[in-house]
Amino acid sequence: MSPTQWDLPVELCCRPMAFVTLTGLDVVYNAVHRAVWDAFCANRRADRVPISFKVLPGDHEYPKCRPKRTSYEWYIPKGILKTGWMNKHLNLVPALVVVFYELDWDEPQWKEKQSECATRVEIVRQSLQGRNTKVAVVLIQKKTPLPPGEDVIASERAAALCNACELSGKSLFVLPHTDHLVGYIIRLENAFYEHAQTYYYTEIRRVKSHKEFLNKTTHQLLFVRHQFKIAFFSELKQDTQNALKNYRTAYNLVHELRAHETNILEIKTMAGFINYKICRLCFQHNTPLDAIAQFRKHIDLCKKKIGSAELSFEHAAWMSKQFQAFGDLFDEAIKLGLTAIQTQNPGFYYQQAAYYAQERKQLAKSLCNHEASVMYPNPDPLETQTGVLDFYGQRSWRQGILSFDLSDPEKEKVGVLAIQLKERNVAHSEIIITLLSNAVAQFKKYKCPRMKSHLMVQMGEEYYYAKDYTKALKLLDYVMCDYRSEGWWTLLTSILTTALKCSYLMAQLKDYITYSLELLGRASTLKDDQKSRIEKNLINVLMNESPDPEPDCDIFAGKTAQKLWADRISLAGSNIFTIGVQDFVPFVQCKAKFHAPSFHVDVPVEFDIYLKADCPHPIRFSKLCVSFNNQEYNQFCVIEEASKANEVLENPTQGKMCLVPGKTRKLLFKFVAKTEDVGKKIEITSVDLALGNETGRCVVLNWQGGGGDAASSQEALQAARSFKRRPKLPDNEVHWDSIIIQASTMIISRVPNISVHLQHEPPALTNEMYCLVVTVQSHEKTQIRDVKLTAGLKPGQDANLTQKTHVTLHGTELCDESYPALLTDIPVGDLHPGEQLEKMLYVRCGTVGSRMFLVYVSYLINTTAEEKEIVCKCHKDETVTIETVFPFDVAVKFVSTKFEHLERVYADIPFLLMTDLLSASPWALTVVSSELQLAPSMTTVDQLESQVDNVVLQTGESASECFCLRCPSLGNVEGGVATGHYIISWKRTSAMENIPVIRTVITLPHVIVENIPLHVNADLPSFGRVRESLPVKYHLQNKTDFVQDVEISVEPSDAFMFSGLKQIRLRILPGTEQEMLYNFYPLMAGYQQLPSLNINLLRFPNFTNQLLRRFIPTSIFVKPQGRLMDDTSIAAA
Amino acid sequence: MAVCIAVIAKENYPFYIRSTPTENELKFHYMVHTSLDVVDEKISAMAKALVDQRELYQDLLYPTEDCKVYGYLTNSKVKFAMVVDSSNTALRDNEIRSMFRKLHNSYTDVSRAFDNMVTSIMIQVC
Repeated sequence: MSPTQWDLPVELCCRPMAFVTLTGLDVVYNAVHRAVWDAFCANRRADRVPISFKVLPGDHEYPKCRPKRTSYEWYIPKGILKTGWMNKHLNLVPALVVVFYELDWDEPQWKEKQSECATRVEIVRQSLQGRNTKVAVVLIQKKTPLPPGEDVIASERAAALCNACELSGKSLFVLPHTDHLVGYIIRLENAFYEHAQTYYYTEIRRVKSHKEFLNKTTHQLLFVRHQFKIAFFSELKQDTQNALKNYRTAYNLVHELRAHETNILEIKTMAGFINYKICRLCFQHNTPLDAIAQFRKHIDLCKKKIGSAELSFEHAAWMSKQFQAFGDLFDEAIKLGLTAIQTQNPGFYYQQAAYYAQERKQLAKSLCNHEASVMYPNPDPLETQTGVLDFYGQRSWRQGILSFDLSDPEKEKVGVLAIQLKERNVAHSEIIITLLSNAVAQFKKYKCPRMKSHLMVQMGEEYYYAKDYTKALKLLDYVMCDYRSEGWWTLLTSILTTALKCSYLMAQLKDYITYSLELLGRASTLKDDQKSRIEKNLINVLMNESPDPEPDCDIFAGKTAQKLWADRISLAGSNIFTIGVQDFVPFVQCKAKFHAPSFHVDVPVEFDIYLKADCPHPIRFSKLCVSFNNQEYNQFCVIEEASKANEVLENPTQGKMCLVPGKTRKLLFKFVAKTEDVGKKIEITSVDLALGNETGRCVVLNWQGGGGDAASSQEALQAARSFKRRPKLPDNEVHWDSIIIQASTMIISRVPNISVHLQHEPPALTNEMYCLVVTVQSHEKTQIRDVKLTAGLKPGQDANLTQKTHVTLHGTELCDESYPALLTDIPVGDLHPGEQLEKMLYVRCGTVGSRMFLVYVSYLINTTAEEKEIVCKCHKDETVTIETVFPFDVAVKFVSTKFEHLERVYADIPFLLMTDLLSASPWALTVVSSELQLAPSMTTVDQLESQVDNVVLQTGESASECFCLRCPSLGNVEGGVATGHYIISWKRTSAMENIPVIRTVITLPHVIVENIPLHVNADLPSFGRVRESLPVKYHLQNKTDFVQDVEISVEPSDAFMFSGLKQIRLRILPGTEQEMLYNFYPLMAGYQQLPSLNINLLRFPNFTNQLLRRFIPTSIFVKPQGRLMDDTSIAAA
Repeated sequence: MAVCIAVIAKENYPFYIRSTPTENELKFHYMVHTSLDVVDEKISAMAKALVDQRELYQDLLYPTEDCKVYGYLTNSKVKFAMVVDSSNTALRDNEIRSMFRKLHNSYTDVSRAFDNMVTSIMIQVC
């Protein structure tokens, strides 16, 4: 865009830099000069001093300086600030003129050269007559200079040259053209910068000196002008602190000026300039809050200074520009590192700028509505002689006139007219949209999604005003969903209304229909008359007619639209519009509800489609179809009514295809599910409702799933929170809110009409063939076919159970590992009504614990549903949990022949093995037989016959056996010696004959065998009698391979007298036996201690009497003397 | 005085919204809606800081040229918004606060009345 009247001048917005001109450089033809110039220009980074250089010829004419004013007494200023002033000091009047001259100190023609240089300086001075501009001379030399003071000629000639040129020594520089050019240049420019600063300092002093001559009545404008100049020179001097201070003073002075309609624009213009400078410097000084405060103050002061009412759009334009400029400054500061926040960012300023631009447009629209016959005035009152204004903010037709009275009202009128006519050509919308899109970018950055949406709506509306309907629709469509999802219906309606106008004006059928559908719906806050109009238009469109124009449309665009609609009547292209409703809120609501969450396959599946229209008038739809995940059902769920296009509105309240506003319409659908779908889910995937018909135009509203649109979830939430009591409705009507969508149902098999009965005697015993009797009885009215039984361990339990459970139908043989845990699909034939069948099932459980068993009976039956013959597969299952327990516990112990507990047995010495079988079964057990299988290391002492054959054990009873065994000497065996196995053959007492006997094998424990050097056993009667002789014979066997010395003694006892060897020492040869005979004579009756036999083996000191006691009895029962026996015994005595 | 008062649900849909100059209703709707940006941001900042929300008054949300929007957030995240004419400089911060407090009280009174009703019905039924 080319700069407009309202754009701030470039010279105001740039950063002022000291202006230095370089003369005497031939940058085109002289390579050395070119290099010097490049060194000045190139790489001007932030670390170089801020100077703007310009190369000018030596005889350049600088702007003439006006003669100094000696008195201000009669001087009346014509304006605040001349339009050329800033540019003059930035680009035309230098702070320093540098004269470059090629001259070495040893120049042979020194005199001539010196005078030429002096002439050049003189020419520059002439041109700068009256100005304080400094002049400096730079000698470009070929030789590197000697250190200062060493070159005598140099110092002499330098002094002479200064003299000739009337220069101070500080203004003469030498630039040796050697390797270090850039270094020399940087030193030079630093020196130039100092000169420039001195120049601007004197300029500030000069302007300040005028002050004392001014008086407050006639020179008010000059106060502002001078203050501005001081501030501007301070900026050029890079003294931003003082610049800011002076700008602030200038700002206050501007507002002290007497404002009138004739000069208000000038005051505002200058206030705007100064405000811009202040804000800019505040941001530069990193005091953004000061900048914001200044800007707010500025706006508050100027907001009401509208000026001429006829040109009030100018004020709006100016305000807009103020905000925009501040937004730009703010944004620039952010780019340089400032952080902005959500509530204070440039977006707000762009937004406000856009508002003022909108206001400008509105004002321009009302003020500049001249008729076409009004011609632009000639001569152009806005033209000036120079093409530019003399002073900022003045009217071209009365420049420099300070009087508040309009001297020439006619001229004024013409001027105003010219401005108004020019304003008419301004592309306002373009300005507004640019500002809005700037604001959008900012708000996006600072997390303001709603503000962003709001601005986008405004952009869309602006595009609509600018007649760019495509862009308008695109923007509006984009933000609509935000408002819809948050449920701000008023705002949505407003956006939709604009969108509908756009789609009407472009004759976009689908968009037009979609927006109409939503504007008629419950999310729309339009009044009923509006809705009626839209509904009528919608029906017209469906009947292939043109809709009525939307209100408040541009007349010209409306005419174009009518033509477009007329073209659409040809019905070229597709005329069926399928519109998915999940993203918007249409005027028909739909809910699908299956009557139950599941249906048996032999009853028809039933569901209702509820429809409700929210439009003002009844509407007739042409077709309703429901789609399922299994598409075969789709054909059963279609309602279609052959109606002509023009019947959409006729007989509206009749027929089920007609929706009466506000009333809930319920449509019942029924179909029979396929038997293949048993166990599957039937889901409504979509509901399609068609409005209009194929001959005209047709709109298909498509609900995904069982209904619901963009507003449904929110409504459900609101309904859940609402405490509103629903009014009571007649029985056949329902509240829309109370209908809950149920879009899927399960098809389950027909209810079986058989009984499955299980008969058994739990618990099961380990390893037995446990019998389960399954009884199936049919209660069906007709014959059932293909009855199949699946029985066994219920799948899904512990995998180990599967390994240890086996099922068979044949109980006569024991099943082994190869039998399965579950028998599947055992065909058992057909069953007539009432018939019953019984099946025996044998289960063998190898481990204890509980198991779940499944008995599953399936069959086929022919039946009818909705007069349709179907074959149903029914099934019934029974589950039973059966505990498995050990049938009995077997305890085994080793005892000595004295029935004393043995921890170890002695080699070659007989001992007893005792088994004890304790029944743990709750049912009687029959022990068929038992068997002892001895290990090779064991031998039996007598016959190994089972002692428990055919014993029946009740719960808790036990059966014991005793076997006398001997273990030959084996030497020392680590861990003991295997004894063998004990095998019990058993079955349930109740089990049938043919049920096999179960053999339970019990591994007998190992026993530790120990060798013994001497075995002693005693032969003695089982009892004695007082005063009757009791012969006792001790057998002493040497079990070793050595001759053993044995010391034997018998200790006397109180209860006995005895005869025999009381103490003896003898030898026993290896493997032989020594007998010792004693005659004991009991003296007392009762259980008496025998005289104890003590044996001492000299070879085996470990052989103790304690060990000995194991083999020989220590006591005996002595009976008293019998009466009958008395005489004989006395006689004997 | 306030020119617009709105009660907004936790999910940010409007419960209640009323403005005095009814002809410019739309503008106030937009103003209240956009000010939710600031409230949302404050709520998420609060969630991050895990501080117990004691201060219900949410301060000035959006200053525009002609209006000021103030916000108030209840513990159940129901929001109150009040739009005040910018030219009304006499209105002090604590006055706005007290207006919000009154609003909040009357809002809870409505809920409490309902609660009382439920209690009485339950007593009757038991």
